[in-house]
Amino acid sequence: MSTPVLDSAVLRTEIRLFGREPGAIFWILLFPTLLLVILGSIPSFRQSDDSLGGLRLVDTYVPVAVLLGLILGGLQGMPQVLTGYRERGILRRMSTTPVRPLTLLTAHMVVFAGAALASAVLALLVGRLAFGVRLPEQPFGYAAALLLAVLVALALGSVISAVSRTTKIAGAVGSAVLFPMMFCAGLWVPVQAMPHVLARIVGYTPFGAAAQALNQAVGGHWPGWTHLGVLALWSVLLTAGAARWFRWE
Amino acid sequence: MSVIEVSELRKSYGGRAVVDGVSFSVQEGEIFGILGPNGAGKTTTVECVEGLRVPDAGRIRVTGLDPVADHERVARVLGAQLQQSELQAKLTVREALELYASFYPRPANWRPLAERLGLTDKLATRFGKLSGGQKQRLFIALALVGDPRVVVLDELTTGLDPRARRDTWQLIEDVRAAGVTVLLVTHFMEEAQRLCDRIAVIDKGRIAALDTPEGLIRRSAGATVISFTPSAPLDEHDLNALPEVASVAYKDGRVTLSGTDATVNAVITLLARHHVTAHQLRVSDATLDDAFLDLTEAAA
Repeated sequence: MSTPVLDSAVLRTEIRLFGREPGAIFWILLFPTLLLVILGSIPSFRQSDDSLGGLRLVDTYVPVAVLLGLILGGLQGMPQVLTGYRERGILRRMSTTPVRPLTLLTAHMVVFAGAALASAVLALLVGRLAFGVRLPEQPFGYAAALLLAVLVALALGSVISAVSRTTKIAGAVGSAVLFPMMFCAGLWVPVQAMPHVLARIVGYTPFGAAAQALNQAVGGHWPGWTHLGVLALWSVLLTAGAARWFRWE
Repeated sequence: MSVIEVSELRKSYGGRAVVDGVSFSVQEGEIFGILGPNGAGKTTTVECVEGLRVPDAGRIRVTGLDPVADHERVARVLGAQLQQSELQAKLTVREALELYASFYPRPANWRPLAERLGLTDKLATRFGKLSGGQKQRLFIALALVGDPRVVVLDELTTGLDPRARRDTWQLIEDVRAAGVTVLLVTHFMEEAQRLCDRIAVIDKGRIAALDTPEGLIRRSAGATVISFTPSAPLDEHDLNALPEVASVAYKDGRVTLSGTDATVNAVITLLARHHVTAHQLRVSDATLDDAFLDLTEAAA
């Protein structure tokens, strides 16, 4: 069909509705930076550590905070909204209009992606201004890795929404995936501090690869093609799965 | 000119035929009702007309277009109110009306529509905070906001109070007067009798009868009911022998007969011949209710 997959009125509506969700705003937009501020306020986090190659713990937590909004929103927020749109017949009601219900899904994804990127920028800025964490020395590489991470989060969230019949199931599936994903991104142990073998394994997961790619870009290198490739491959596979499994009713 | 054409429509779920060879056509400016017991296949039929479901067999045309293959073009001229659907809980009534109006090439002005449906003081209220009746009225408004040529209304007045129901009927009559074709699913007889030009009674996936409301009543057995208490006993044999009588009940000294106008005249003649007075004589027309029960029972 020739109709566009994005409708400006639907997008404006979804932006407005996002603004009415204090929970989503807190967890996606504010919580990652808040966590960074709390961790950064602990004196030992601001001492350079030889085992981290001279970095401070707070340095290693900026990429984690950058990815955290993506993970929380992509696994907990977005799938439940999309599943709810289907479960409650909102997509069906839109199916009877000339505008395709797909536009509602894409609009919500765009809003989520925008919020996750804003959250990432906020974490970078607060890290720089409050704790003197250096900004990425390879900004283009950093942006590329971050955009791929957003794509992977969107794809993963879509798969969760596709396989979950109800909002409750989407919540449960999202939570089950959430903790491993946060671990891989380095929330408990930053990827730089992980044992070598573990870091390798984690590097094959979407957010583990994202964390390592971001770290390389911070240090001024273009992110390794392995990491970017892992991200791209996951995005493609998960998007294909979501497209295959998604049901409109 | 027929605006909606359905011929030999079939749709099964899990091997069970829900719609089993339904055909009808709706003329421009007509209010066409679909009546039937729960699970008769009414909603499935109209969902095929709306293009929400793909028929297993049969042909559907809305303004000459296939609602599945030409979904977008059909959607521009067809307004739908679904039996069950919702909107985003935090969307306000005004935002919903503006959003849905934006979907159509030449939308109606939503303000007078909202006013007629009593939504003007609810414009700033979020969908999730509306009562059942208010949600229903909003969905009626959304069905009309695209200024459609055809509206499909599934359970139009379910959940509305009697006042709002009558206002809604008036609105639908006005919409029709403006030339819009209306397809109405209902199980509410008074609504069908008042609004519909023609009614298809659907039972077990098939059309049991298709006629005007008056025609349906007339064709059902026992369209007129006569009851009275005779001043002296009557011979039950005489009562059974009355012309066109459909049923006789003689209980506790009271006679209840059903038949036609001819039966009424014959009863009066019979009473006069026997010099019997009829106390508390009541003659009433059967309603669409009776006709409906008669038709759907006959098919069972």
